[in-house]
Amino acid sequence: MNKKFVLGIYDDEDVLLHAIENVRAAGTKIYDVFSPYPVHGIDDVLGIKRSRLPIVAFFGGLTGMSFALWMQIWMLGFDWPMIIGGKPHIALPAFIPVTFELTVLFAAFSMVITFFIVSKLKPSFKVNVFDKRSTDDKFVMAIEVKDGVTDMNALNNLLRTNGAIEVNEKEVVK
Amino acid sequence: MTEERLIISRKTNNKFFLMIAVGVILLIAGIITMAAGGGAEHHAEGHGAAAGGHEAVSWTKRLFMNLWLNNVYFTGISLIGLFFVAVQYVAYAGWSVLIKRIPMALGYFLPIGGILMVLIFLFGSHDIFHWTHEYLYDVNDPRFDPIINGKSGYLNTPFFLIRMVLYFALWIGFFYWLRKQMEGEDLNGGTTYYHKSIRISAMFLVVFGITSSTSAWDWVLSIDTHWFSTMFGWYVFASWFIAGLAAMTLTVIILKENGYLKMVNANHIHDLGKFVFAFSIFWTYIWFSQFMLYWYANIPEEAIYYLDRLGGNNGHYKWIFFTNLIINFAFPFLVLMTRDAKRQMIMLKLVTIAILIGHWLDFYLMMMPGTLRTGAGIGFIEIGTTLTFLGVFLLAFTKGLTKSSLVPVNHPFLEESIHHHV
Repeated sequence: MNKKFVLGIYDDEDVLLHAIENVRAAGTKIYDVFSPYPVHGIDDVLGIKRSRLPIVAFFGGLTGMSFALWMQIWMLGFDWPMIIGGKPHIALPAFIPVTFELTVLFAAFSMVITFFIVSKLKPSFKVNVFDKRSTDDKFVMAIEVKDGVTDMNALNNLLRTNGAIEVNEKEVVK
Repeated sequence: MTEERLIISRKTNNKFFLMIAVGVILLIAGIITMAAGGGAEHHAEGHGAAAGGHEAVSWTKRLFMNLWLNNVYFTGISLIGLFFVAVQYVAYAGWSVLIKRIPMALGYFLPIGGILMVLIFLFGSHDIFHWTHEYLYDVNDPRFDPIINGKSGYLNTPFFLIRMVLYFALWIGFFYWLRKQMEGEDLNGGTTYYHKSIRISAMFLVVFGITSSTSAWDWVLSIDTHWFSTMFGWYVFASWFIAGLAAMTLTVIILKENGYLKMVNANHIHDLGKFVFAFSIFWTYIWFSQFMLYWYANIPEEAIYYLDRLGGNNGHYKWIFFTNLIINFAFPFLVLMTRDAKRQMIMLKLVTIAILIGHWLDFYLMMMPGTLRTGAGIGFIEIGTTLTFLGVFLLAFTKGLTKSSLVPVNHPFLEESIHHHV
């Protein structure tokens, strides 16, 4: 299925931020904005909600901690009890370094894996570059066009009055 | 940019004086009850003291230990203020410009701390430090201690005093040097003061790196003269640093609640919150690294330090030992974990107050088991001394805050700090 997009090209960060605010205020839904580098405050004006990844990290870490403690207590306390350095079988201080490492490992891996799944990042992932200049020195605002619904002239005007240096159309194969 | 001048009303100042007055009254009450009741208790228990009761400790010893504890604690917080400013300069930090005057003002306690430190040592050295007793070094005395005698090249009263004076001379010198640049910048503007501040800060950090470690050995570690830990300098630094960070964060919040620091927003608070969060974990890391090695190796002369704090001394310090970990690690770690908690002043306020109490307990735990043993407690004397010190500290600190604008109007990175965003 093909999708049609209108691309507003901007060459200034501040103009872009104001344009995003005005375009959204006019009731137009922005598909995405492409930028060569992270722009401060763009999440707020685009209305992007805060990532929920930290929650995943917390539960990943909790899992790692529980797993590490269970593993060591079960192995050294029940499955194959050994006396090491005259310490009790379940010697908690000695377990802390491993517990710490596994907590960090599980938290990190759960975040990375969740991120891959949520963003559908896999080896066959195809990237649609709307405009190659968005990897160099231009900012690209993409707005999806719905046939018969979107007023192209009005959209063109809206983008241009808000400082777009170019307005292009592009069809993307999904 | 507009200047912001802090005005400390007569009422607030009176509160500080009241704090000192209440502290002194409590202190005197504590001394009287100890001098009168302590003796009676001693008679009643008789030889039972050895079999599990409280060891009798003279009130002077307990008083000097408390003075020493509070002076080391508050001097550390004060020193950390200067250290924090120096780090910000050397790191070319922009975010912290709006709050920089607060850590700087913490340094105003340094001269007071220095004078008190010398006085307390001159009058109470025998009560605080076992190694100051002459007989330990006399081969013909039955109490001769070959281990302490071996350390006498470093641990002797004249050299100790010279070092103490040197530390304070260096710290206070750097403090006033840096302050001079700050005042010049406020008056004349330009970047020359900024560049000079960076050079002064870099020099101070080298001095601080050495003196923070050696002063920790001198003032805290040498209380347990036989024991040694190569991590101790770091441990005391970590404890000072997190207490200092908590103090400046709490001050920023209180000032903001009273309508000052108008340009400081949730982003600056967030960064301070991250500092508090990170360095409570850092302190725990140092604490655990020190603890685990001694616990694992289990060598008697090393493990005795932790035995004194856990099962030893009739378990007198056990609750503080675990409270220390809960209040300084578990509580800040769990509460400050989310982004929102670090941006909300109410949460940060709660945590910073807990940390300030927690690290006072941490220093208590470093000093009391080696000196007062089972005779220690937290009573009128402890609360009184702490209140008195807090009052004096707040007087010096707030006086420092009022001396110049809270906003460094001519700082080259001021604009960056105002637009700080995380």
